[in-house]
Amino acid sequence: MTLAELVLGIMFVGLIAYGLFGGADFGAGIWDLLAGGTRRGARQRELIEHSIGPVWEANHVWLIFVLVVLWTAFSGAFAAVVTTLYIPLTLAAFGMIARGAAFAFRKSITTLGMRRFLGAGFALSSLVTPYFLGAVVGGVASGRVPPGIARGNVITSWINPTSALGGVMAVLVCAYLAAVFLCGDARREGAEDLADEFRVRALGTAGVTGVAGLAGLFILRGDAPLLWEGLTGRAVSVVGLSVVAGVVAVVCLVLKRYVPARLASSLAVTTILLGWAVAQYPYILVPDLTIDDAAAGHATLQAMLVALVVGALVLVPALVYLYVLFQRSPPEPAGGPTAPAQPSAAGTT
Amino acid sequence: MAPLQLVADAAENLYPARMQMALSLGWHIIFSCFGIAFPLLTVFAEWRGHKRGNPALTELARTWAKAMGVLFAAGAVSGTLLSFEMGILWPGLMDRFGGIYGFPFVLEGYAFFIEAIFVGIYLFGWNRMSPRAHMLSALPMIISGAAGAFFVVAANAWMNNPTGFRLDADGNVVDARPWAAMFGPSTWPQVVHMLLGAYMVTGFVIASVYAVGMLRGRRDHHHRFGLLIPLTLAAIATPVQIGVGDWIANTVAENQPVKLAAMEGLYKTDTRVPLSLGGLYYDDQLHYAIEIPFGLSLLIHHDINGQVTGLEAVPADERPPVNVVHLAYNVMVGIGSALLLLAFLFGWTWWRRRRLPRTPWFLRAVAVSGVGAALALECGWVTTEVGRQPWIVYGILRTTDAVSPAPGLFLGFYAVVAIYLALTALTVLVLRRLARGHDTPAPQEVDAAPPDEHTEELAVR
Ligand code: HDD
Ligand code: HEM
Ligand code: HEM
Repeated sequence: MTLAELVLGIMFVGLIAYGLFGGADFGAGIWDLLAGGTRRGARQRELIEHSIGPVWEANHVWLIFVLVVLWTAFSGAFAAVVTTLYIPLTLAAFGMIARGAAFAFRKSITTLGMRRFLGAGFALSSLVTPYFLGAVVGGVASGRVPPGIARGNVITSWINPTSALGGVMAVLVCAYLAAVFLCGDARREGAEDLADEFRVRALGTAGVTGVAGLAGLFILRGDAPLLWEGLTGRAVSVVGLSVVAGVVAVVCLVLKRYVPARLASSLAVTTILLGWAVAQYPYILVPDLTIDDAAAGHATLQAMLVALVVGALVLVPALVYLYVLFQRSPPEPAGGPTAPAQPSAAGTT
Repeated sequence: MAPLQLVADAAENLYPARMQMALSLGWHIIFSCFGIAFPLLTVFAEWRGHKRGNPALTELARTWAKAMGVLFAAGAVSGTLLSFEMGILWPGLMDRFGGIYGFPFVLEGYAFFIEAIFVGIYLFGWNRMSPRAHMLSALPMIISGAAGAFFVVAANAWMNNPTGFRLDADGNVVDARPWAAMFGPSTWPQVVHMLLGAYMVTGFVIASVYAVGMLRGRRDHHHRFGLLIPLTLAAIATPVQIGVGDWIANTVAENQPVKLAAMEGLYKTDTRVPLSLGGLYYDDQLHYAIEIPFGLSLLIHHDINGQVTGLEAVPADERPPVNVVHLAYNVMVGIGSALLLLAFLFGWTWWRRRRLPRTPWFLRAVAVSGVGAALALECGWVTTEVGRQPWIVYGILRTTDAVSPAPGLFLGFYAVVAIYLALTALTVLVLRRLARGHDTPAPQEVDAAPPDEHTEELAVR
């Protein structure tokens, strides 16, 4: 493995983390959208809010991580991708702004009208943002981004069969992941009925995603033959693993074993992304630019590697601490946020 | 697409792309200031409240923590847009220099990751962790906020003074040394100036909120501490900032003489140059300015015979728009001096009498100091960025050559204007609610209050 491939590999780990954590986050927003009227959906929305409140910002820094690694280590390819695909990327960025702002602010708003408006903004942008990101992946994977600045077609690079497939798959995968994750969260909060509701949704989306994925392979055969060849050739074992993991996840869901279900569905999603990477290897921009040709100079790659490894040593424990604290903690003690001056904080001295 | 059309598009894109960049950064920078300085103030209030067992302080800390959460969220989403824009708008910069210029952003990514994690922990952990562990969890926020600012400003300093690489005969980058590139001559003065600026903006803005409350007759402990703590921080930072301003001006004179000439509206290279305040620059000369004899020579060389380079040193197409730079620079320095007076008045009265100055003009001045500090910060950035024109990488790459030629790019600018207008309105709305009711939750907290019962009844009917 060359240095360039190593750095790209680390970037890909970030991309997978974004797919899992960011994906579940987007998916939670999608279920928020589908939760029904204000009264009926209130409990589900509350659960969703509990599940992503403290982690939603951290979940999205993964994307920043992916961007900065790409633009430093693979500047040329990065410039080519973002200029050709600038429209879906800009729209995705707007979606992230709308989503973050609406989610952040709706809690602090107590009038129902405003809250509904912000809630709708949050949910709707949770749906469109992964679509655009998936469309970007589709554009890159189907070889519609030539090297060079803004050389590709700024419209057809993301409005095409593979991009549509990428977008739809992204949305489905997000919704599926979120449903699986929310089952566990609901059980932890002692709401077994909610867990059941999300279990049904998880099983439903699992089915739809599976069907869409299989149908998608045929779209790829016509629209992105190189990707199709890779997926059915070199990457076939990864694709196979994805299918197996998906089936295991479904079995776990049926048996209400939510922790293994989480692991299996995470594996299924990881292997989908990995399949794309293996199928596209060694190209960063199919069919013209390979990873090694696109890479920055040796000194930059070396500096990146040092920074990435040392940074991870700081980052990973902090991240684990956040999730552990959050997954284990009981709800806030009596008084809650409505009684700011807590005896525990103010009265101990 | 025909090459001819691409070129036409690039020219058409330049102006809106600049405006989009300036708007996004100018917006982000205000919120990032709070990300840098607010954790320090909040944990200080928490610590004092804990130590003295003073519920007013603890409640203040809690309110601040929530405001911090809202501001952090706004900063994070605007920063995300920036990361996209860097490549979408300026591919010529990223393509050619990404290997050097991009590197500090990788480190910045880590810093903000840590900050985002600990903002989550700090807000979520309120009352869930022991007071000591909770206060300790603020420490990584304080450090990573400052570190993040360091990396970003180091990247900007590199645009001003590109170092750490060589160009071969074709202008390709060879021998990139990304670590060295982060420590060019502008880095430390710019970073220190920015960090102090962030402390000033945060301190004065928060103090001004409570000054307004006190002017309306609310003189309880809550307001008193709310004014005193941030104002003290800002008052300490201000005199240091002025000193650092002198340092940074000298760095600019040394490395970017044309920028300095634009800041001063100076056309002719000369000795015994006066310092010019205000005025309008046209026909290669500054008109109607107030002049302080020998001022500039003294400031730059500490010698009245010191020679200062004028704009004539470079051809006309390598000069920045002088009026913008000169005006922005003067406004920054003017506001800085006014804030110094305010800080001095506050410090003197406190030192001698242990109380706030009694005149209502003091509170009125504090009430506007927040806006003033933010304006000074924006003006400083306009000085830096517009003063570097027409270069995006000083002396090496022109902004015209860096902008994306993609068709339709300019439409993004209008969208960004609309989005930032909405976002600003929302942020203000939410912060005002926070100011009125302390029980409003922050975005990272998990327990949201239900909507007003009353309105819900209405809506359901
Ligand atoms: C609260 C904010 C604030 C205040 C009161 C001042 N500044 Fe400033 N200044 C900034 C906030 C700022 C800034 C926004 O943070 C800048 C933009 C880029 C940078 O590194 O700092 C800046 C840039 C900047 C530059 C351009 C640097 C460059 O292009 O590399 C100079 C020469 C000065 N400042 C000088 C001064 C002087 C002499 C001041 C004395 C009164 C002063 N500043 C007060
Ligand atoms: C945060 C405060 C900042 C403000 C208010 C600001 C403002 C501006 C303005 C007004 C321009 C347009 C200049 C012109 O075309 O005349 C500009 C350009 C630009 N700025 Fe900044 N800037 C800020 C910080 C930064 C930082 C930290 C960076 C990078 C690390 C940066 C990178 C750029 C780039 C790449 C351009 C476009 C190219 C150019 O016009 O030179 N800016 N900015
Ligand atoms: C002088 C200029 C800048 C300063 C001082 C600054 C500082 C900060 C700080 C302190 C934060 C933490 C979050 C917050 O406080 O809201 C932040 C967030 C962020 N900034 Fe900036 N920034 C600057 C310019 C930029 C630029 C030019 C970029 C991108 C190219 C950028 C990208 C980001 C991103 C992506 C985040 C969000 C990270 C997260 O989610 O936590 N910033 N910035």
